[in-house]
Amino acid sequence: MGKHVVVDPITRIEGHLRIEAILDDNNTIVDAYSSSTMWRGIEVIMKGRDPRDVPLLAMRICGVCTGTHYYTSTQTVEHALGVVPPKNARLVRNLIQGSLYIHDHVVHFYHLHALDWVDVVSALKADPAKAAEEARKWASMLKDPITGETIRPWKDGVGEFKAVQDRLTKFVKAGRLGPFANAYWGNKSYKLTPEQNLVAVGHYLDALQIQREMAKLMAIFGGKNPHPQSLVVGGVTCVQDIQNPARLGHFGDILGLSREFIYRAYLPDILMAGTVYAEEALAGIGRGLGNYMAYGDFRMDDNPWYQGKTLFPQGLVLNMDLTKVYDVDQSKITEDVTHSWYEYKGTDKPLHPFEGQTNPKYTGFKPDGTLDPKGKYSWIKSPIYDDHRVEVGPLARMIVGYARGDERIKHYVDWLLKSGNLPAKALFSTVGRTAARAIETALMVDVMKEWLTELAKNVAAGDLSTWTEYDFEKLTKGKELKGYGLTEAPRGALGHWIRIKDGKVENYQAVVPSTWNGAPRDYKNRMGAYEASLIGTTLSNPDQPLEILKTIHSFDPCIACAVHVIDTKGKELGVYKVEPVGGACFI
Amino acid sequence: MQFFDREHLRSIFTKPTNYINTNRGKEYYDNLYKKMEKRLNELKAQQPVKEAEIKFQELLETWELSRRDFLKWVSATTAMLMLPPQFEPLVAQAAEVMNRVPIIWINIQDCAGNTEALLRSASPTVDELILEYLSVEYQEVIMAAAGDQAEENLHKAVKDFDGKYLLFVEGSIPVGMPEAFTIGRHPKTGVEHVKHLAEHAAAVIAVGACACFGGVPAAYPNPTGAVGVMDIVKGKPIVNIPACPANPANITGVVIHYILTGELPELDSLLRPKFAFGYRIHDNCERRAHFDAGEFVEEWGDEGAKNNFCLYKMGCKGPFTFNNCSIVRYNEGTNWPIGVGRGCIGCSEPDFWDKYATERPLADSDIQPPGLHGVEATVDEVGLGILTATAIGIGVHAVASAIAGKKDETKEEQ
Repeated sequence: MGKHVVVDPITRIEGHLRIEAILDDNNTIVDAYSSSTMWRGIEVIMKGRDPRDVPLLAMRICGVCTGTHYYTSTQTVEHALGVVPPKNARLVRNLIQGSLYIHDHVVHFYHLHALDWVDVVSALKADPAKAAEEARKWASMLKDPITGETIRPWKDGVGEFKAVQDRLTKFVKAGRLGPFANAYWGNKSYKLTPEQNLVAVGHYLDALQIQREMAKLMAIFGGKNPHPQSLVVGGVTCVQDIQNPARLGHFGDILGLSREFIYRAYLPDILMAGTVYAEEALAGIGRGLGNYMAYGDFRMDDNPWYQGKTLFPQGLVLNMDLTKVYDVDQSKITEDVTHSWYEYKGTDKPLHPFEGQTNPKYTGFKPDGTLDPKGKYSWIKSPIYDDHRVEVGPLARMIVGYARGDERIKHYVDWLLKSGNLPAKALFSTVGRTAARAIETALMVDVMKEWLTELAKNVAAGDLSTWTEYDFEKLTKGKELKGYGLTEAPRGALGHWIRIKDGKVENYQAVVPSTWNGAPRDYKNRMGAYEASLIGTTLSNPDQPLEILKTIHSFDPCIACAVHVIDTKGKELGVYKVEPVGGACFI
Repeated sequence: MQFFDREHLRSIFTKPTNYINTNRGKEYYDNLYKKMEKRLNELKAQQPVKEAEIKFQELLETWELSRRDFLKWVSATTAMLMLPPQFEPLVAQAAEVMNRVPIIWINIQDCAGNTEALLRSASPTVDELILEYLSVEYQEVIMAAAGDQAEENLHKAVKDFDGKYLLFVEGSIPVGMPEAFTIGRHPKTGVEHVKHLAEHAAAVIAVGACACFGGVPAAYPNPTGAVGVMDIVKGKPIVNIPACPANPANITGVVIHYILTGELPELDSLLRPKFAFGYRIHDNCERRAHFDAGEFVEEWGDEGAKNNFCLYKMGCKGPFTFNNCSIVRYNEGTNWPIGVGRGCIGCSEPDFWDKYATERPLADSDIQPPGLHGVEATVDEVGLGILTATAIGIGVHAVASAIAGKKDETKEEQ
């Protein structure tokens, strides 16, 4: 029997995640468990509130994909009330959500994920002149997907790379590396050359500056980032901002700068990493479940309630078979708690969010401080779609779009794969998950330009409507209403469900991307996406579980949202006495 | 107790301790200057956290930051700390000796919003430089190490800098249900984690509404019994930097102040630094003139909204909220909530989810411009309106119930 590896905390993610892996004698992972170790209770807190106030609170489910929860929650309440926001509101929401995508993906790749691919210490040995050549090489392999022109590198000056190296050298010589300390530098699974590492580190540092600019995109129409504040049930409030040419111009400028960085640094770096790590990609390391689901998002027209065209199509692809796509039906979503720290009363079957229940049943860790995989071991429930465990996220969106034959998605996916001379098969891997995110970022920054133009034109034509009037009292008094919001967070398919009774929230639930991906086993003992993706991975050094981090980070875990809920039915909590919240269905 | 009564509102508007005196006379500032000089000299004599010294000036150059950018930052920070311009050289020196102060930043029941805000902050523009220069020994969202190696970093930092590090806490702490948070190979609860790290810290800085006052998790009915840092840490200096998320400029301000004086800045009764929380949003709001003129947005997207009228009737809680976001704003001054036509939700105040974060004003009617009697008269009317308002709903109910719960518990203990 090999080693039992525990990684807690998984850092460089949002929230609290623990991974345990069992290795065989060759240090290959034969079993893995994913556990979330924090929860807060946000859906319980939602109950009894005015539905119009819910989106502000729902947004605080997460501080990273904050705007997405805000937008989804607003849409959920609108769906229940039957209110359709006007065109300007749709475009502003697309722009806010889009700005979150490009910001989030760039920060994820460079600041949360890159250090799994890039050995910072190795960059100290690089020859800056060769690094400049390296930067030119990868950029020149790409043509702009719109203009067809060859991409120029973000930076290729020898002096620029020398400066990056000097800065690093100072830090390393100073002894304490601060945030870079005690990582797995020198691990055998780092494969980039010193020069390639230096190029990536240079972009890592520049991305810190660029992402600050990108965050302003959300602030322009959202008021601030994180936690924007301009969405309301029925529309948006930023009517002054959309008619102000200075604001539109500022947005356009930052979008331009973002595009430069995405095309000239991010995509060449992905091409570089994808090529260097191609063997892993082709071997399917980190592939996982092979089932991919997307709800679809970014409304392209003003048809309400999932009837219009969306930028990302909805769909389900099973067993990596791109020849078949199934339509997604939210009524087929259920959640199971066999291995989660909850228990169901009166049934042991998985339940749809509308009928679900969550009664906490914390069983803790085994006496040796490890998880009990035979019993319950996580605060995340196990969502199931039509009796399939599925993966969600940028890879799922690209795969579903590709399998649907969506022209825009096909164009961008083929563009990157062809540039790197990689087969589509390479997508089904850890590398592929990371590449799919980059492809999507490129697509997003281009389509945002179109939305901005559409907004400017619509406003210039005299349409300043930002909100659809509705009579809340009349719509809700003495009535029971149900609604859901299905969107795509940067991390994947996000669903919120609401029941409103007599104008107050009767019940609120969210099944979030990291619930799908980070879930423990289900009632059939089938693994969640994180768990499945680790099986078969060999660790070059079990005391440095770098390969585990790499695959888990490729999902961009965001755990606060996956476990924000508890039901405290009948339980006395020591500090406050809590009213029973019977019949609730929380994650 | 009635939270929204006239006396409560009057106290909000007139509490003298909430104001910082921006002109305290020559003698005061001369003494302060000498004190800060002495402190900076002491710090200069100390070893930096890193084993070899990195010269700040060289670092500025490698970061491609011009001297001019740095001076701009110095002057903005000095002003934010409510110090006269002659203190600028001291603030510049403080930045240079920041590497004497190690930082440990932990996340408990959080959403990472404050970490994100700090990383996205461009105001002041040298935050990033300071973050690295400052020697952040542990920060889960950005650090490269994970698992055992991350835990090692933490243990080493606590041992090496016992009694010297600043502990930043993000997120609330579930004291009612400690199992709602565990961390580490040998799982420790959030309560144990915070208490242990606070015990060895020089001071504790609670960042964001959750760490200060419990925030979202502590909103009614507070299912996990979440509380802020000051409820479980005793015998250590604590400063609260609330808001959701905390404005990064205020975080930097507190750190610089600590470096300048070795002490926390002057605090109000809620342990918030007065330099940042000494004013109501309302006092510096760009829409204030419309409030005074009696011009209000009455409906989202109406003519008033198109003309930037006051948002009070749409639920803005600016008159009740102490924070400097109407001055500092967000994302390098790009915008702020009231700028985008949405009222303030009072996120730097305790229990704001149950008191302020609604689309309705505290009183629905009778908002009059101040006229001859000044703003105070208006405030009283707000108070009267509230006493008679029927539509406060969940907020009052929630707070009252939570208090009832607390009382019950006290009884049981007895």
